[in-house]
Amino acid sequence: MTDTPVKIVVDLSKPKGERESIIPLTDEEIAERDAQAVIAEAERVEQEAIEAQKAADAQAGRDALVALGLTEAQINALLGA
Amino acid sequence: MGYQLIEEITVGAGGAASIEFTGIPQDGVDLVLKLAMRTNRAANTDSVKIQINNNTGSIYTHLRLQGNGSSVLTGSYTGTESYVIVNGNNDTANTFGNADFLISNYTSSNDKSATSDAVNENNATLAYQDLKAHLFADTNPVSSVQLAPSGGTLFLQYSTASLYMITAD
Repeated sequence: MTDTPVKIVVDLSKPKGERESIIPLTDEEIAERDAQAVIAEAERVEQEAIEAQKAADAQAGRDALVALGLTEAQINALLGA
Repeated sequence: MGYQLIEEITVGAGGAASIEFTGIPQDGVDLVLKLAMRTNRAANTDSVKIQINNNTGSIYTHLRLQGNGSSVLTGSYTGTESYVIVNGNNDTANTFGNADFLISNYTSSNDKSATSDAVNENNATLAYQDLKAHLFADTNPVSSVQLAPSGGTLFLQYSTASLYMITAD
């Protein structure tokens, strides 16, 4: 049997030693959490692909400048690197 | 100036789906959240979603400077929560990502500015370093902070979240 996931709530208005509550998630909270994790993962994968493409494009641009005869120092000065 | 630990939470066996600090004392100047966390996301790296005052509106913006061991990335974000990088469950075993999150003037009636720096601990080339400048369009004093994994569903055992207050004296 899978344990019910819990959330930790720390009420700082209470004295030390009495602040922490371990509360099981409701079925609705679990479903919402799982749905959000799927969405977050999809967004992250998409963002990583975008950033990887940007990095690849930047490198391709740099390589093109090298092919045109610019030195690394000239390229760095041009790109502000 | 004082730097006072308000509370430290360590996740127990079975993990935790979220951590929430409520009733934050309002007699400080700045708030600092220090995290050492690992989630159950089956990947290298994950993020901790951070919200204040249970505000789920699209009020969280940040500018990002990030390195991943091979390249440097920059970007910006506007959305319903803010993020700091921590470890996912494919990172080196028994390691935790570390993050510092500073909210300046957290009791003010202005929008809240914050900074974060975070590192993802991994004995491999792929390991993230992440600097962010945040702005939260919430003019209420910060009385609560909500933390949850972004890609995973649980903070794993031994993850810690410590809340500090910086005082004027």
